[in-house]
Amino acid sequence: MIKLTVNGRVHNVDVEPDMPLLWVLRDQLKLMGTKYGCGIAQCGACTVHVDGEPVTSCRAKVGDMVGRKILTIEGLGKPGLHRIQKAWIEHEVPQCGYCQSGMMMAAVALLAKKPKPTDADIDEAMTNLCRCGSYPRVRKAIHAAAGQLSSATAAKKA
Amino acid sequence: MTIAIDRRQFLKASAAVGGGLALEFSLPVAAAPAKGLPPTEVNAWVVIHPDDRVVIRIARSEMGQGTLTALAQLVAEELDADWMKVTTEFASPNEHIRRKRIWGSMSTGGSQGVRSSQDYVRKGGATAREMLVAAAAAQWKVPAAECKAEKGVITHGASRRRVRYGQVAAAAAKLEPPKDVKLRDPKDWKIAGKPVRRLDIPDKVVGKPVFGVDVDLPGMLHASIFQSPVFGGKVKSVDAAAAEKMRGVKKIVREADFVAVVADNWWRANQAVKALKVEWDEGANGKFSDETILAMFREGLADPRLPEAKKVGDAATAMAGAAKVIEAEYASPYLNHATMEPMTCTAWIKPDGFVEVWTSTQNAEASMAAAAETAGVPLEKVEVHKMMLGGGFGRRGAPQDYVKQGVLIAKQVPGVPVKMMWSREEDMRHGYYRPASLVRMKAGLDAQGNCVAFEAKIACPSILALLRPEAIQKGIDFSAVRTLNDMPYTIANQKVDYAMRNGHVPVGFWRAPGLQNAVYRECFIDELAQAAGKDPLEYRLAMLKPGDKNRLVLEAAAKHAGWGTPLPAGVFRGIAMSDGFGSFTAGVAEVSVNPAGELKIHRFVMAIDSGHVVNPDTCAAQAEGNAAYCIGMLYQANTVKEGRMVEGNFDTFQIPGMTEMPKVETVLVPTGGFWGGHGEPGALSFMPAVLNAVHAATGKRVRTLPLKPGELKKA
Ligand code: FES
Ligand code: FES
Repeated sequence: MIKLTVNGRVHNVDVEPDMPLLWVLRDQLKLMGTKYGCGIAQCGACTVHVDGEPVTSCRAKVGDMVGRKILTIEGLGKPGLHRIQKAWIEHEVPQCGYCQSGMMMAAVALLAKKPKPTDADIDEAMTNLCRCGSYPRVRKAIHAAAGQLSSATAAKKA
Repeated sequence: MTIAIDRRQFLKASAAVGGGLALEFSLPVAAAPAKGLPPTEVNAWVVIHPDDRVVIRIARSEMGQGTLTALAQLVAEELDADWMKVTTEFASPNEHIRRKRIWGSMSTGGSQGVRSSQDYVRKGGATAREMLVAAAAAQWKVPAAECKAEKGVITHGASRRRVRYGQVAAAAAKLEPPKDVKLRDPKDWKIAGKPVRRLDIPDKVVGKPVFGVDVDLPGMLHASIFQSPVFGGKVKSVDAAAAEKMRGVKKIVREADFVAVVADNWWRANQAVKALKVEWDEGANGKFSDETILAMFREGLADPRLPEAKKVGDAATAMAGAAKVIEAEYASPYLNHATMEPMTCTAWIKPDGFVEVWTSTQNAEASMAAAAETAGVPLEKVEVHKMMLGGGFGRRGAPQDYVKQGVLIAKQVPGVPVKMMWSREEDMRHGYYRPASLVRMKAGLDAQGNCVAFEAKIACPSILALLRPEAIQKGIDFSAVRTLNDMPYTIANQKVDYAMRNGHVPVGFWRAPGLQNAVYRECFIDELAQAAGKDPLEYRLAMLKPGDKNRLVLEAAAKHAGWGTPLPAGVFRGIAMSDGFGSFTAGVAEVSVNPAGELKIHRFVMAIDSGHVVNPDTCAAQAEGNAAYCIGMLYQANTVKEGRMVEGNFDTFQIPGMTEMPKVETVLVPTGGFWGGHGEPGALSFMPAVLNAVHAATGKRVRTLPLKPGELKKA
């Protein structure tokens, strides 16, 4: 049994220690918000927070997660919505939406480190891939969540 | 399990994140459902709850393109619904069959979602409204003409009586539907035509399980699959000794052209698939490679007896008399759709033989047919639960390979639902690729530089030959020749020939099928303008008839982009245009290339005339998405070696990222009177505009994609 703390709840899972966290979340704990895109730490669709750091869960072994705090999209902003999620709704960021849990987890981690990120900060932190091309809106929503969009610019850019 | 869009928990999205947004309307706040009272189906499109919640049925698929919301807007508009009370549900494909295809087409491709169903979905909304009004009028014993519907409430002006839709829906449903309903003039639209918020977004930002890969059923098992690496290969032998012993493994499945493992979670299934030792009968296809495919195309171009895709005037004679002849060859590779969600299908063969399927599909009817055929049951014994698609781009429409596989696997474990998901590697190596192609173009210019003759020879695999052979006409696959055989340019003498050379690689509809021809044509026109010593915008305009909508969008894009005005040092512009998928588009790209040959796309302005616009914000999002999708063409290629695809994941088939994304500005210039698409047209002008700007920046013509390493480096 491996003891895992996910979104503030403790779970005991009977799985191989080398099973990637992604599959424990999705198939054992049924937390389906975290997505599989590549399995090789390229796309970021599987991004969760481990002790506050963004981690690609497809490459994180569950055996290494004992005693660490895992946060997934399902636990973000509870109760209610995190300001990133609100900004995502406000700026209509998702298209198909498949990459967006990972995007938001990466964005939240960025804001935790840099509350007022520059475009360069966003470029550096947001390496998640989106086949639908939501990038301009991701950028705008991060700035908005950071309180960096005045109403005038928001209206103009929208 | 139906996935209805549930937005109840999202009260008004907070204005605290910036406010002052251009988006109209908040997300609907539905009242708590009244207990025990069933909703009423007023007609196939409109279901109304006693508490006034309106459920609009959606027949097309949602893959991020916004069709779900746009269709709901059109129905709600004619219904005079209160948008804040509108929710949607996907129409049941099984019920669709039983009710004689009452929801029209369920296919979602070709940027058709709105334009090919707008008429009947609007009539659905208008019919329901008239029935509701008639029911209220009958209740009040007044003429219906004296009653008015607005925002889900019917009023009788003279007597000041009012009744809500929820109160008369049951009575309305019993009335005979009116035969002819009048549709609203788009200029009077209140809900359609507005940038209302997309209805599917709230679920998508909280990670709700809405996608095909998210299906979870009691007792469900998971499957991972391994298909013949060489296209068309067959399983010869399988050594499952190691795999069988692995933890969680329930079943090894061996079919003609794939093997699969069923296990208690996907990772275990996938680990076990990797442990299978499979011997393949590769057949004859193992000898093919990029080189043999190119040779096949070359042989095609040299074929003297090709079918003609276009012939006007006498191109040969005009060419012979031309003052100047320009000739060029353009080429592109195979490209995978690379949807972020891999192919997936959950199938459950129930004890009574009924087959239930949950899948991300662009065509629920095609999925149903594939499932029925594979299971050997009639259509009536199949239900397909439509899930949200984690991207489609054409991959999940005509080819239903993954649904067939899902059902084949489920047949091996009858009574148990099995969720099959492809690994990224399978997805990358078993696509229905955008066809590779080789095109030779030749143009004759007169002494003033005007184009008097145009010839093109196209060597390209046929998508239709594989997926819809009945649509091929006289040896021509329209998707392989479009944009070259239907140019709006007034060139008097034209001849276009098509060499259908299919090869062994499966090809399919990839966002804006035929897109490569728009790249070739618009880059070649740039070459002609250069040869004529003319401005590429002026050169195009001179070849377009007055009143041609291509002109309008070209002028709109040029004006918005400031064509001809100074740019920052090192930044250069390129222009291109192309109609397609019912719309007219033109684009202007601004790029710079540094001495190391690194290309940066700064800005892309895209003007589009789609006739009508149902949701301007999702149209802009599609323009952004098309740009992002096309950037990859600069470096993506699925290369063929020993009959198989080389690239297996995003490390070798790279997806454009945040830093590559230009500023995209969408200029909507709807002229009314027709309905054009948005999902694909935006793709048409992006790459040629970029490559023409690259030429302006470097003097180099890129005629073969992807770029070769160092190709743009300063010599
Ligand atoms: S699935 Fe983990 S990075 Fe792509
Ligand atoms: S929204 Fe579709 S992959 Fe990002």
